[in-house]
Amino acid sequence: MTEPHMALSVLTKLNSLSGGLFLLTAFGIIAMRQVLASLNLFVFQSILLAASACLLGFQHGSIHLFAVAGITLMTKSILIPFLLRRTLNQEVYARREISQVLNIPTSLLIAVALTIFAYFLSSPLLSGVVEPSVKFNLPIGMAGLLLGAYVVMVRREAVPQVIGILSMENGAFFASVSIAPDLPLIAELAAAFDVLIIAVVMGLLTRRIHERVGTTDVGRMTSLKEE
Amino acid sequence: MELIYILVIPAVTAGLSLVPTRRKFAPALTTLGSLVILILSLTVAFRAARGMEEVAIRNWISCDSLGALVLLLVAFVGFTAAIFSWGYIEKSASAGNQRKIRRYYALYNLFLWSMLAVPILSQVALVWIAVELTTLLSVFLVSFENTPEALEAAWKYVVLTCMGAAFALLGILILYWGMNVSASGPFTWAGLVMASTQISPVLLKAAFLFILIGFGTKAGLVPLHTWLPDAHSQAPSPVCALLSGIETTVVLYTILRLLPILQAAPSIHVETWFMVFGLLSVGTAAFLLIQVKDYKRLFAFSTVEHMGIILVAAGLGSSAAQYGATFQMVSHALSKSFCFFAAGSTLLSVGTRDITAVRGLIRTSPVAAVALMVGGLAIAGAPPFTVFLSEFSILKAGLASGNYLVTGLLALFIIIAFCGVLFPINRMVFGKPTELVSRTTVATTSIVTLVLAAIPVILLGLYLPGPLHELLRLAAASLGR
Repeated sequence: MTEPHMALSVLTKLNSLSGGLFLLTAFGIIAMRQVLASLNLFVFQSILLAASACLLGFQHGSIHLFAVAGITLMTKSILIPFLLRRTLNQEVYARREISQVLNIPTSLLIAVALTIFAYFLSSPLLSGVVEPSVKFNLPIGMAGLLLGAYVVMVRREAVPQVIGILSMENGAFFASVSIAPDLPLIAELAAAFDVLIIAVVMGLLTRRIHERVGTTDVGRMTSLKEE
Repeated sequence: MELIYILVIPAVTAGLSLVPTRRKFAPALTTLGSLVILILSLTVAFRAARGMEEVAIRNWISCDSLGALVLLLVAFVGFTAAIFSWGYIEKSASAGNQRKIRRYYALYNLFLWSMLAVPILSQVALVWIAVELTTLLSVFLVSFENTPEALEAAWKYVVLTCMGAAFALLGILILYWGMNVSASGPFTWAGLVMASTQISPVLLKAAFLFILIGFGTKAGLVPLHTWLPDAHSQAPSPVCALLSGIETTVVLYTILRLLPILQAAPSIHVETWFMVFGLLSVGTAAFLLIQVKDYKRLFAFSTVEHMGIILVAAGLGSSAAQYGATFQMVSHALSKSFCFFAAGSTLLSVGTRDITAVRGLIRTSPVAAVALMVGGLAIAGAPPFTVFLSEFSILKAGLASGNYLVTGLLALFIIIAFCGVLFPINRMVFGKPTELVSRTTVATTSIVTLVLAAIPVILLGLYLPGPLHELLRLAAASLGR
């Protein structure tokens, strides 16, 4: 075995490791009862996304992906958690969220099913692809997207729903670092900015709901519906 | 160059609207800014009607015929809604304080800016961002009245459409991947159409489905439409006109852009997908229309119906049907914004959104009553209004292309929706009033808006100007390969 080949396979393995942990954090966000714990897991997930971007950037020799990693770390693991922590008021901070729509073991089973579905969806796309990073990142990114959507649907509190949406975007970007490594930087920058606006807008809206309605249990707001 | 101005003006007026000075400053500035944008868009549209593509920055900012058509609609409704805001926001109960009014106009300009950006941008990744921004910048306009219902509607709106946007993002990234693996060229709408034959059909299909789910959520296509009637009924009426009249159209435009790209791979049957989703939307909306108790929700469901009609028309495939689709986009945007101006005037004079509580409007508020009746007739598709002509041309094209089942179902649903819209409005306008209510007046700016917005709704039903016909024809041609 030649030297560069070794390095490449080590990079691929490290990327696989970050991918596996990424999926694990997506499951973790579903399983956590405390709002703060799922926020911390989201931060960890974003760091793993940045790690994967760095590793693939090293592999492709692309400055782009390093920039993506930098932007991700800056927005998703520093700015957004800071904003969301400010949104969480003292009352929600330590409270366990008991009022999920489904209990956690059932949720985890559904999450497993969703992950298998993501692999099923991406397998036709991957026929003929030789790059190991694409083979690895695309299904995991897709699973991250679906699991995030699931979090939004079963959580009733406002902030966990925001975390669900942001982790959906993480999933899409986890796929993107492998399938679109040279997306124009302006698009990456705008997307990062966009994610930041999501956090700001939803955070402000949560506060306003808390002021006006007295709760952030948005799942119980059901006055608008068809009779 | 016009395109750059169109992008710069709303951003500037948004900033200036926040300046704390005279009371009339922010609304006057917004109206003036949107008037300038309308004039600039008209020049762009005239040039596009002669077959010239407007290019400001190649592969980034440019505008072809379909883009120019949507741009013109956004600019027109943006202008009329700005005038309507003037009287409405002043009068609406909660907006006593000036800071709140200034914030409204700042957000209004930003929202308009994001919607103008969608047809102007040609880089697809940036289009995604612009569509996402249309949601994020309009959330606080939806929740402007700060009632628990408005906040609930805003929350549903932002959560569902952001979820959709994440799906659409993955779809667009897959398109980019397909483009990079097997073809080359710029990642623009035109570049994608050129390269689409080389992209593997599997990738095209996956990208299409993700984008259809994602942007379909925001356009209000049926299984994912649940947020739409809430947001479109709780927002202040001028904002409703923007949301219902053009925001949905703008998002549907991005879905229609996929049509020529997807037709490169006949195995996907993109036309069938369009027709199925379209009919599902039209049918569900037609039956939901019947049981609605709130007249703003009535118009919101009618938006879902019209989005479905446009999608079916685009899916019918013949060039006549695609002409019908673009015509329907125009007539829907114009009529629906007019309907919401009428609903807004009604709401201001009666103070309730409940259909059963409003009777004999013609006696208490004749202006609002006439507007509501005209709006109802126009949007339901009665002659001589423009929706009648566009729906008629779609049905004719459907029969000519031999899709009897689809056309028959479409006609049936349109008739059900016609009754669903007109019965309640008829009762509101001509019904016997239960109690004596004093006459109320409508703000002058509202009357001005109603007249301005009614002109194209009636005129285009009688006569289609040459340049507009040419623009529609070119835009329809760009929907086919």
